[in-house]
Amino acid sequence: MSDGIGARVKRKEDKRFITGKGKYTDDLRQENQAYAAFVRSPHAHAKLLGINASEALAMDGVIAVLEGGELNADGIGNIITGWAITSKDGEPMKCGAWSALAVEKVRYVGDAVAIVVAETQALARIAAEAVEVDYEELPASVSTAGTLEPGAPQVHDNVPGNLIYDWEIGDEASTDANIAAAAHVTEIDLVNNRLSPNAMEPRSAIAIHDEAEDHYTLYTTSQNPHVARLLLSAFYNVAPEHKLRVIAPDVGGGFGSKIYVYPEELSCLWASMKTGRSIKWTSDRSEAFLTDAHGRDNVTNIKMGFDENNRITALKIHNTANLGAYVSLFATVTPTYLHGTNYSGVYDIPAIYGNVKAVHTNTTPVDAYRGAGRPEATYMLERVVETAARELGVDPGELRRINYIKDFPYQTQVILNYDTGDYVATLDMARASADVAGFPARKAEAAARGKLRGLGYASFVEASGIAPSAAVGSLGAGVGLWESAEVRVNPVGTIEILTGSHSHGQSHETTFAQLASDRFGIPIDNVQIVHGDTDKVQFGMGTYGSRSGPVGMSAVMRALDKVEAKVRKIAAHTLEASEDDLVIENGEVKVAGTDKKMAWHEVGLAAYTGHNLPPDMEPGLKEGAFFDPVNFAFPAGTFICEVEVDPETGVTDIVQFVAADDFGTIINPMVVEGQVHGGVTQGIGQAMLEGVVYDEDGQLLTGSYMDYAMPRAADVPSFVVEHGCTPTPNNPLGIKGCGEAGAIGSPPALINAITDAIGSNDLQMPATPLAVWQALQAAKSAVAAE
Amino acid sequence: MDMTGEHRISAPRQAVWAALNDPDVLRACIPGCETLDQTSDTTLAAEVVQKIGPVKARFKGEVELVNVIPPESYTIQGEGKGGVAGFAKGAADVTLTQNGSDTLLSYTVHAQVGGKLAQLGSRLIDSTSKRLANKFFDTFSDHLNGSGPEEA
Repeated sequence: MSDGIGARVKRKEDKRFITGKGKYTDDLRQENQAYAAFVRSPHAHAKLLGINASEALAMDGVIAVLEGGELNADGIGNIITGWAITSKDGEPMKCGAWSALAVEKVRYVGDAVAIVVAETQALARIAAEAVEVDYEELPASVSTAGTLEPGAPQVHDNVPGNLIYDWEIGDEASTDANIAAAAHVTEIDLVNNRLSPNAMEPRSAIAIHDEAEDHYTLYTTSQNPHVARLLLSAFYNVAPEHKLRVIAPDVGGGFGSKIYVYPEELSCLWASMKTGRSIKWTSDRSEAFLTDAHGRDNVTNIKMGFDENNRITALKIHNTANLGAYVSLFATVTPTYLHGTNYSGVYDIPAIYGNVKAVHTNTTPVDAYRGAGRPEATYMLERVVETAARELGVDPGELRRINYIKDFPYQTQVILNYDTGDYVATLDMARASADVAGFPARKAEAAARGKLRGLGYASFVEASGIAPSAAVGSLGAGVGLWESAEVRVNPVGTIEILTGSHSHGQSHETTFAQLASDRFGIPIDNVQIVHGDTDKVQFGMGTYGSRSGPVGMSAVMRALDKVEAKVRKIAAHTLEASEDDLVIENGEVKVAGTDKKMAWHEVGLAAYTGHNLPPDMEPGLKEGAFFDPVNFAFPAGTFICEVEVDPETGVTDIVQFVAADDFGTIINPMVVEGQVHGGVTQGIGQAMLEGVVYDEDGQLLTGSYMDYAMPRAADVPSFVVEHGCTPTPNNPLGIKGCGEAGAIGSPPALINAITDAIGSNDLQMPATPLAVWQALQAAKSAVAAE
Repeated sequence: MDMTGEHRISAPRQAVWAALNDPDVLRACIPGCETLDQTSDTTLAAEVVQKIGPVKARFKGEVELVNVIPPESYTIQGEGKGGVAGFAKGAADVTLTQNGSDTLLSYTVHAQVGGKLAQLGSRLIDSTSKRLANKFFDTFSDHLNGSGPEEA
């Protein structure tokens, strides 16, 4: 069947997206709709002395100005974090309270202090400007490393020294011993730059309160509407779950930033109850820069020890992770169990120790962003390995090869147990595609033109398919991370698949349909994917952590198994055959070796008419399943990047980028390649262009696209994408997840290529032309001084 | 933001000092100044409309004169709030030195901006401030030069 697993099927959803017919939250209109705008702090840290809304309230068309004190008095809960981390001394983590609307203090520029509700969006914004807020400014703590220093301003009174937790993983004694005994130690200091997520569609919400039913509906830009409902019900006290429907319609990109329930959505729900109006809020781009959870922002020291055979003997990491002013939903797990568990990478390392300090600063909250912890871990690992190769005088590909894990399953020193992989295969694939052997000639040719050519590697493995519920529960997670699905075969044989996975760019409407098409031999146009509505879909944990394939699709496969079992029983009964003799293909159920068969729609009809079913069989053809993975999945690969740097200007041109991945089974190669292209481009953005900058007072200086550079088509080359395949045995499809790999592997590959080109390793991201040029000048001065 | 500068004004120090303390002169010379009223011997209330990069806002602020040493020097400090555009605050140390028949006016400014001004206009603050300072002193010099003969 051409629509089945492995087929390069064009996306079903593209018709509406590329014709502008998508339905996003801001496209929707409600009866009785009013608009919200937020009054936000212009200060990074200040006492909130008073709010005077009289001028705003006097404006014709302004409905309400609501403040934090009232929100708290109404019992709306503080915004929580979903994962409890324990410090190395056994103490539970400490984090400051986060009220949706600030009370007593504001703690970052953009902190919401009041919600203004008015008849139009323009009026709401004008009225918000007229609200006078009396602040008493306080000194702000802004720097990731500096916030731990004695005397740094305190962000929250209950978090002494701004230290949220001081966590460790691995074994320090054996690691220190191995480093002391090492024939060679490579050590580097790195900064993983802070990023702004920049989904194409800004966040938006419409909150509706039905007073007669005491029922709430929230349309919102969420990657996980059921999780949003759970939070809003169980923790924020908006309404119990049966009185609250959350709908995430078309959503235009998330990258992690739309996992969380933010102050704005919560305030809109509360305000809809207070005002009796449906309330719409849509973020403008300035608000997005200020309030969408940022990503990364780590300061790291990393040491790697080698024996005389260039085998890695030890890895030691000290990392400080900036979580911002408040601790967002996945913020605490990103630098710990999504980061520290990745320290072994693709390497057989006998001793590993990592220490992670998470800190508060007076900056926007930081949380998971495409890759979440794994890009940070991969960046430092791959930079230290590449640096070591140069110091040891070994080919960087060879140094990786001799240190790769080659026997699976492999138990790392940092919790994870890798099921399958073939890292040598993807390395060889990438080297062949990148024509590494021809690089010296290309370098010489570039040099003749006055250009510096460099080649950089990154090998990576990540824990995707988040996550086995019992395992994450034992590590502090507040939820299970299974997924659910329901497959409904209609009387005419068409199929609806209801999934808890959410599609906001991942192409589920196509790839999930391919599963049913593959199973029953029916066209994907006869399969509809239903997602994003808590009233339609039974439950779901949503889309992040490259989990829709390994976990979401696995739930669909289990539900398809149950449907298939019932189909076989019905057909065997109708055709008077043994179930074992039935073959399902091309939309028919056939008795092998005979001309007896039922068309697919006849099976559906039989199930629903119930005229002739096996004894004791219930009518209908609808099955559900919950799939809880037994392990993470481990996509891996090697990226090779080749650049040319102009030494006069520091401008870097990426001349070749090869990504050789192993995602296990691939459902739709075109979709997977799209995910890789997007991920690699985001990684190139981090490595060369993007970086959130605050001044020393905590003012955001990169608050628009004038100062925050996003990658554009002209900034990236045409990618070469290769696929190895070692299917995981831990899910029905053998699929490993592909959404984050590109963003994980690309920053170190690119930076390693640039540092190779310029002959200096003293380079931090983003490697802008200025940064590259300065590194070149510094390297020249250093040579001159010698 | 830090800025220093020096301007030669063709007027005696006492006349420059008097003008620097005259709300009417300041109102006429400060670019975008709509109101400026003396609220006490050393305080003024002002409303100024300014455009910095893409941000246009009306700043309402209090200005205070401290360390006043007539006719040599003072520090003028203040804070303006521009609604959602954010805020600007700062201080300028102003010193007058007689130089022949002219006066040398030198100043050191330390200023800070916040909110949308910082998010959108931070790159433009330095150039805008220099432009505004030059505009102020051009107008101020013209004013003194124009009125100089009358005072004499």
